[in-house]
Order: sequence, then C-alpha cells, then structure tokens
Amino acid sequence: MKHSFLDKYSDRDSPIHRLDPRSKLLATLAFIAAVVLTPAGSWLAFGFYFIVIAFLILLSRVPLLYVLKRSLVIIPFVLLVAIFIPFFKEGELAFSFNIWAWHISLTHSGLQLLWSILAKSWLSILSLVLLTSATSFASLLKGLERLRLPRVMVMLLSFMYRYIFLLTDEVMRMKQARDSRNFGGKRLRQVSTIGHMIGTLFIRSYERGERVYAAMVSRGFDGHSRTLDRLHFNRQDVFFISGVMLTLVFINLYNLLN
Amino acid sequence: MQELLTVEKLSFSYPDGQPALADINLVIYKGDSVAIVGPNGAGKSTLVLHFNGILRSNGHIKLLGKAVDDSNLKWVRSRVGLVFQNPDDQLFSPTVFDDVAFGPMNMGYSQAEVEKAVKMSLEMVGMAGFEKRSPHHLSVGEKKRIAMATVLSMSPEVLVIDEPTSNLDPRGKWDIIDVLKGLSITKIVVTHDLEMVEALCRRTVVIDRGCVAADGATADILANKRLLAEHGLAAG
Repeated sequence: MKHSFLDKYSDRDSPIHRLDPRSKLLATLAFIAAVVLTPAGSWLAFGFYFIVIAFLILLSRVPLLYVLKRSLVIIPFVLLVAIFIPFFKEGELAFSFNIWAWHISLTHSGLQLLWSILAKSWLSILSLVLLTSATSFASLLKGLERLRLPRVMVMLLSFMYRYIFLLTDEVMRMKQARDSRNFGGKRLRQVSTIGHMIGTLFIRSYERGERVYAAMVSRGFDGHSRTLDRLHFNRQDVFFISGVMLTLVFINLYNLLN
Repeated sequence: MQELLTVEKLSFSYPDGQPALADINLVIYKGDSVAIVGPNGAGKSTLVLHFNGILRSNGHIKLLGKAVDDSNLKWVRSRVGLVFQNPDDQLFSPTVFDDVAFGPMNMGYSQAEVEKAVKMSLEMVGMAGFEKRSPHHLSVGEKKRIAMATVLSMSPEVLVIDEPTSNLDPRGKWDIIDVLKGLSITKIVVTHDLEMVEALCRRTVVIDRGCVAADGATADILANKRLLAEHGLAAG
C-alpha cells in the first residue's frame, strides 16, 4: 500500500536541497527562535520574516500550494490554545457584550497578542515545512545525530519513520478484515471490538520489536551505535547560514530601533 | 572437510516450559549447502536462532571448534550471518545503505571499509544502486535481497537464511534462488519449499517435533515420498 510520505519532494534538486542538513537545521532553529522572541505586534518584522521564508521556499522549488496546505494544519491547534487570550488580557476594551448574566469583554492588547501568536506559529511552521520537504528524513536524522542529539532519540525517530507505515498498513488490514465480517451491531460491542484491535496491535508491535532487536543483535549490535561521517559543509552552507543569521539580526535591530 | 558448525545434544524449551528442541546432533561442513526442512512448528527457526547465539543452551554449539559463549558472541555473530524470515524485521534503518552498513559498523570497520563492504554485498545480491532508497518503498523480493546483503556485508563464514522464498511470486522466488546459487559461501537454508531445496541444496536435514528425523543427500530424501508425507512435507 502506498502512503503520502512525510518527506515528499525531498528527492528534488535545488540549492536548498543540496545544503547540508545541519546548516538547514541550525538555520530553521535560529529562524524560529528569532520569530518567537520578536515582541507581539511588530508587524513590520513579521513581514520581513515572511519575505525571508517565502524567498527560501521559492528557491527550494517545493510546490507553493503544498507548503500552504501543510502549514495550515497548525492553525486549529494554536487557536485552541490562544482563543481565550483576548478575553482575559487586561487593557483597553475593544468591545464587550452580555450573554445572560455574564459580562464578556475583549481587549485590544489581547486581540493583538492573539494575532501575533497566530502569525508567529504560522511563520515557524512554514520554516519547518520547508525544512522537512527539502531534506530527506534520513539525512535529517544524520544531521541531528551530528549535532549531538542523544543517540537514543535519533534511533527512536528513525524507528518511528521506518515502522509507522507498516503499522498503518496493519491497521488498514485489520479494519478490512473486520468490515468483511460485517462490523456493526450495538455501540458497546463496536467499542469492545476496537479495544481488541488496539490491544492486538500493541502486542504485535511489541513482538515485532523483539524480532527487530534480534536482527540487530545478530549483526553485532551491542547498545553502542556507530555512525559514519558522510556529511560535508560546503561553501554554500557557510553562505546560507551566515546569510540567514545576518538577515535575522538585521530584522531584529531594525525592529528595536523603531 | 572442515567442521564449521557442530551441534551436540542440543535441547531447548521455551520459557513457558514447552519443549522445542530435543537432543539435536548436527554437523555442518565448510562449503556445504544444507536445507533444514520440516513442517510448521517443528523447531527449525528455534534451531537456527541457536546458530549465532541469540538463543542459548550453553556449550552445545561449536563454531569452527570453539564453543559459543558470552565471551565470543560478537565474533560468532560476525561469522554466522543470520537472515530473518520477515525482511521488515531485518531492515530497520531509514535507508538501504544504513541497513547494509549496520553490521560492518558494529564490527568496527573504518569508513572506507564500510563503504566497500556495502557496495560489494549489494552487488552480490544484484541490488547495486539501491543505497539511498528507503526499505518501505521496495518490493518484497527486493527487501529479501537487501536483507541478505545486510549480513553478507560482514563477510560471514556461513549464511543462515530463514524461509527465503516465503511470500514471493514464482519469479521472485527463482530470482532469490539464482542469487543464492551465485554465492560461494556455506549456506544453511530453512524452508519447506522443496523446489528450492532440490535446486539449491546438496544435503537435507528433516526436523520434526524438535528432533532430527532424517539427514542425507537431497536426492535421496526427496525421493523418499513416505518420509516426506510422514513429516508434513508432501500430501499423504
């Protein structure tokens, strides 16, 4: 069965794709840090950030619509967390109304904070979408490893990437098997069937884990993982990193002075 | 002929007390190609898990004259290349290269040696050029061949391979058989695919209910229809 991949478009070729994963990771991290640390309501700075990320996305030749679609996924989550801010933040009233006995009011500063949070999270997710669609998952992991992310975490991510498709396949097959035997009946029975499926899935994954471990041990795995250093920093990476950093510093200075 | 793998009076029970192997005696010689056949649940896979020390009942297995124990496990595992039945268990890395390089890296090869070993073993199974692919985008036949490459990259003395032709269509199966035929190392093939046994193995060992039921030249064993039917290998 085919799945849409986590790192779709990562096999394309562009100046961004050719960069070392480490420089992309560092630049993304710096970009997100800069965006998050920019004070709320600095709309000019947000505009500049947007120009930077839009330029990089164009440079990467990842389809714009795809980036846009994926970036919107974050909005509901942010709204869920931030939607109440305008109601609680103190400040000048924007408007207020009554529902039955409750007096509800929204403040300007609260609204501004809400919009800023939305803008910040959208900019951050744009940079992450760019990172993951311009870098294959395997080289991202290599980059993380070389940046000294603990080995255990890198391995967890790597196993997740390797087995998540197998797991979804397994769920799909179980569903098909269930539906072919006329799944239905009372709600309570349905729930217990789903419970059994989750349990079965857990046991199967656990057993697969044991078999995978046996396969690793058979090839001399002793808990210490060794890796090859096949990544190279090029001149392009130096340009890219320093370009991104300088732009970020410039945007922040400009923002401070205004 | 030199004794490569010696199994003496090997018995084994699963943790729940269920007996799996009872008093197995077996000698595998260097350069041999041996089929281990038997019905489902006969103990074939349990037996081969002893060959590289994943399962142990101390001192009953010898590799090149040395008893397999804790002190030489790493050496044993680099000499006995065990390929598991399900390639999705065998291939756990994000790319083919990482997977084939896993063994050599654990053996402490240098970077150049690792790259050479990966290239060589992928060529041996006819999968050169697949280094950057990720395993979940490959067909079952391709995965099975890569799985073989992952142990061949350690240049083992003996290739132990569990059900190499299960889940394959006839063409995929004969491709695998051709690849195996082309390898000059000692082979132990666990299977109940008698077509492959006939094409590939000189010697056949029949295992049933945890015991060696027959051991001899493949031609003799395959000609003995009564024996095959008795041990669930032919309709009887």
